[in-house]
Amino acid sequence: MSEAVAVHGGVEPAETPLTPESWGKLGMWLFLAGDAMSFGGLIVGYGILRHASTKWPVPAHVLGINLTAFMTFLLIVSSVWMVLALAAIQEGNKARFNKFLGLTILGGAMFLGCQAYEWTHLINHRLPELNIFFTTDLFATTFFILTGFHGMHVTGGVIYNTCVLAAVNRGRYQAKHVEIAGLYWHFVDLVWILIFTFVYLL
Amino acid sequence: MATTVHSQHNYIKIFVILSVLTVIEVGVTFLGLPKMLIAALLITLAVWKAALVAMHFMHLKMEKRTLSIVAIIPFILCVFLILMLLPDIYPK
Repeated sequence: MSEAVAVHGGVEPAETPLTPESWGKLGMWLFLAGDAMSFGGLIVGYGILRHASTKWPVPAHVLGINLTAFMTFLLIVSSVWMVLALAAIQEGNKARFNKFLGLTILGGAMFLGCQAYEWTHLINHRLPELNIFFTTDLFATTFFILTGFHGMHVTGGVIYNTCVLAAVNRGRYQAKHVEIAGLYWHFVDLVWILIFTFVYLL
Repeated sequence: MATTVHSQHNYIKIFVILSVLTVIEVGVTFLGLPKMLIAALLITLAVWKAALVAMHFMHLKMEKRTLSIVAIIPFILCVFLILMLLPDIYPK
């Protein structure tokens, strides 16, 4: 607790568990905890269906991991840009903030582009080649549900970050709002790290 | 100001660690190790990476403990979920 006081320059009294400055973050964390349960349920469901199935292809052979490894890297880089954007606005450096949040949004958009390419390729070429049909095959269905649910989160994150960028430049949002948006964005990155491992590598 | 520079340095350090762990993860799948060992290694690496993101990028390391408690609850519940489903996974 004394460390927290030192970091925040002694603004927050140590004896109270949460101060009003933390309420926004607490709200986002509560949402993320619920969201994590959605992902947790889907990943556990994936694991159980896979365990119970007699025929389950080796995911890496069907999906390929080069593009996805790059996508993982994109999200990690984009997370770093997000923390750098937060650090910039905390210092009051608006130009640096704009640059890094812009890059964060770009990283997310590139991720979505890669995923759109991956899906189109899988549906039109790779899966028919292997006689896997995503309407009937458990492996393909669970794959599209999991990555699709995550892709929707990335889409939401890109829109959210764009709104934050606009609101900061119109003077309506400050550093604390950027920090909350950052929590969401890092969560999306964190979940992808797990999906990359459980769905592509394992 | 000094603390800001330090923390940015730290972010880059975490980024390097995350990238290296990702490369190791992809590398592990090509080693031809026993299946269970690969699974154990991959899960350890993934949880390690997720923890790094939560601790450093999401600032849990320097936040109040209440937020860490909120963050850890879904993981505990997911472990519960797996345990409760075990009888269905391994029926007698």
